[in-house]
Amino acid sequence: MKCRVCGKEANIRLSAYNTALCAEDFLAFFERRVARTIQKYKLITEADVPLVAVSGGKDSLSLWYILDSAGFPADGIYIDLGIDEYSHISFDKARMMAARLGRKLYRFSLPALFRKGIGDLSKLMKRAPCSLCGVLKRYLMNKACLDCGYTVLATGHNLDDEASALFGNLLYWKEEYLFKKDVALQGKGDYLAKKVKPFFLCSEREAAAYALLRQIDYVYEECPYSIGAKSLLYKELLNKIEMTSPATKIRFVKGYLDRVKEQEVRVDPKRCARCGYPSYTDICNVCSLFERFGTGDGLHVECYGQTGETPGQETSFEADRV
Amino acid sequence: MKVAWEGKIYEVDKPLTAGKLLEKFSLNPEAHIVVANERLVTEDSRLSHEDSVRIIRVISGG
Repeated sequence: MKCRVCGKEANIRLSAYNTALCAEDFLAFFERRVARTIQKYKLITEADVPLVAVSGGKDSLSLWYILDSAGFPADGIYIDLGIDEYSHISFDKARMMAARLGRKLYRFSLPALFRKGIGDLSKLMKRAPCSLCGVLKRYLMNKACLDCGYTVLATGHNLDDEASALFGNLLYWKEEYLFKKDVALQGKGDYLAKKVKPFFLCSEREAAAYALLRQIDYVYEECPYSIGAKSLLYKELLNKIEMTSPATKIRFVKGYLDRVKEQEVRVDPKRCARCGYPSYTDICNVCSLFERFGTGDGLHVECYGQTGETPGQETSFEADRV
Repeated sequence: MKVAWEGKIYEVDKPLTAGKLLEKFSLNPEAHIVVANERLVTEDSRLSHEDSVRIIRVISGG
């Protein structure tokens, strides 16, 4: 198989685009696609100070790298979920990227905040670990973004993440979630940070190939709590369809984007009476969690310095907000 | 050839293409990439006895 651009031996086949590319032309293709997504959907401007949500996986680390090389230098935020070896390895990968880029990396640690990891917390709350993880990550990342002076939070959600979530929401007609996803979610006042997904139109396979070719060292292991997750089943099913009908996933997600513009009338979210952050209930889930299981020491974030190699001074957020 | 997959090393006797290797392991090429001698390869690439091959699962969830 030859590269469609230069005719050299190809390194990757992209069936959705009916093409194959060599390593060099694939990297250019991928970076161009991300840059166009950022520009078309006005995700990040030169005036922005972006923060990247970093898990240690291929998507978030590639995103951090690509934003830096595209002229949007960003710092990172990592949430330590207290999942033993998995958390240690993924934090090491995040810290290595911080050092490579010479950027700051913030870390919230659930064991430090609650003296418990996500597994124990989910049992105590009688809630699935992935669901509770989502609640905590959204809260802590929103808080870090706002309190540390960043103007936009970028996440590594890719085409497969979006297609599988859309598939699940349609399959069970979860209308309450159906039109809530978008490439960019605008911020509100001082309580909701703008959130963007520059990889929205990039497949998971493309993101993995990009990480490999850019020698981005990421955590290959699956989060132990995601085993058996429905999102993995949906991704598998969609990839089976993709095999026989290439470009199905991108058409599905682009079709959604066309429709979300027509349907969307966003209502201002309610705010938690205690911390002031978005909440569906009077007191948000995270404040309830702190009330029941918090150490009482407030909400601390560690900041690893510009080099990413040595921890900087610990930063405390306003304790009265939690 | 030696094939690394999910933390284990497998010995594959006959030379074959990367696509056939994925088929042999019952893996979907949309969800996996094949690396031969640290080089990303397309599914029609022929793999020989001397090659050191890695299959990488690209899908993660949660």
